Amino acid sequence: MLGGFRDLAHQRFGYEAVSKDGVTVAQTAATAVDPVAKTVTAGDGTKLSYDKLVMAPGVDLNWTALPGYTEAASDRMPHAWKGGAQIALLRRQLEAMDDGGTVGMAVSANPTRCPPGAYERACLIAHYLKTKKPRSKLLLLDAKDQFSMQRLFEQAWNRLYPGIVERVPLSQGGNVTAVDPSTMTLVTDFEKYKVAVANVIPLQKAAAIAARAGVADRTGWCTVEPIAFESTLQKDIHVLGDATLISGVSKSAFVAAEQGKVCAAAIVAKLAGRAPPETQLTNTCYSFVAPGHAIRTTSVFRPEKGQLIEIPGSTSTTALDAEPSVQGHEAREAERWFGTITQEVFG
Amino acid sequence: MANALINAPKTARRGDTIEIKALILHPMETGFRPGTNGTIIPRNIIEKFSARWNGEEIFAMSFSPAIAANPFVSFFTVARESGRVDFLWTGDQDFRVTESVIITVT
Repeated sequence: MLGGFRDLAHQRFGYEAVSKDGVTVAQTAATAVDPVAKTVTAGDGTKLSYDKLVMAPGVDLNWTALPGYTEAASDRMPHAWKGGAQIALLRRQLEAMDDGGTVGMAVSANPTRCPPGAYERACLIAHYLKTKKPRSKLLLLDAKDQFSMQRLFEQAWNRLYPGIVERVPLSQGGNVTAVDPSTMTLVTDFEKYKVAVANVIPLQKAAAIAARAGVADRTGWCTVEPIAFESTLQKDIHVLGDATLISGVSKSAFVAAEQGKVCAAAIVAKLAGRAPPETQLTNTCYSFVAPGHAIRTTSVFRPEKGQLIEIPGSTSTTALDAEPSVQGHEAREAERWFGTITQEVFG
Repeated sequence: MANALINAPKTARRGDTIEIKALILHPMETGFRPGTNGTIIPRNIIEKFSARWNGEEIFAMSFSPAIAANPFVSFFTVARESGRVDFLWTGDQDFRVTESVIITVT
């Protein structure tokens, strides 16, 4: 969407089909969880009791970690990290920017939702600049030295967007330590960068309901066991998706959907008095580097000693220096995967 | 690619407390990790870092294998006189890097 590849409407789904399958859907925020009385309080005050609670809290942005970056600041320097209005805002800012302007991205350290996400975004913005504002630059200030699919992304920047994308890693002083929205300045330990458009992706944590339910630990994230994803802090509460912190597993939609299926199977088995089925968890991340061109990495994990361990040799990634047709193939696979997962989840 | 980055104010008032930041590229290999062929990768760390203002040591620290790659150090000092601050990193495998900045004190 940021790159102008697709509309926001294509990213919107409803729960009608889920309701038709006999699931009672209440589209209201859960405001409290009592893990002792085993109840959930909904936004309208209704209290629901549970035997097993499955939560997918998602992430909240950490508004205290980056000096200057408040919720109000995100009106001028959008994070665009939680969908909807913020992404539309960043898109409008890019469209309004003069040709020749610098777009600054501040990327936080791990753990983060969608580890390749910021770098895919850099490609999408670079594509927009290359096609619409060719005198502009993208400055990516990164609090990390290494990141997911790094060589593939760097190759894409060099090949497709030469002279447009400049990344400053942690070891070159890329860690953004403060922002000033009034002057559109990104501050690192060594420099101050004035930019025309700023996309600030701050540190994240499990959404507030996780802390209220007592399933988030002092890191701000939810630790879970690797088979049914039951919280290590609260019995009978299972936590799925981006809010969980579990060894080397990425916070991706692919993982969240797999966790949902594995968790459901394990809960059904437990309620029936059976042992949970033996499972492994697969993750695939697709990232678009240009319209019709994507890269991919896949890993398989298995439960071991309370963690999910990457099975040696299970990782496969789009070959570096592959012919362009390979990235075209990955892009079609990504589209098909998107169709499949949204069909499975939303009907 | 810069080997070391320094951030110090170009000017300061006499008696001011100023912050100086220094970052250097270095793997800080612990000496405890096996490489891909199974043998231990030899230790390769920075052992000492120091800063001298007009020759007088104003800050020094020893590093250990537990310190992460690309060490970043920030410290405070009092500006007393104009001059040059020299930074020195030394360590295993004859590692030796120097850097300097000029600070004008008014």
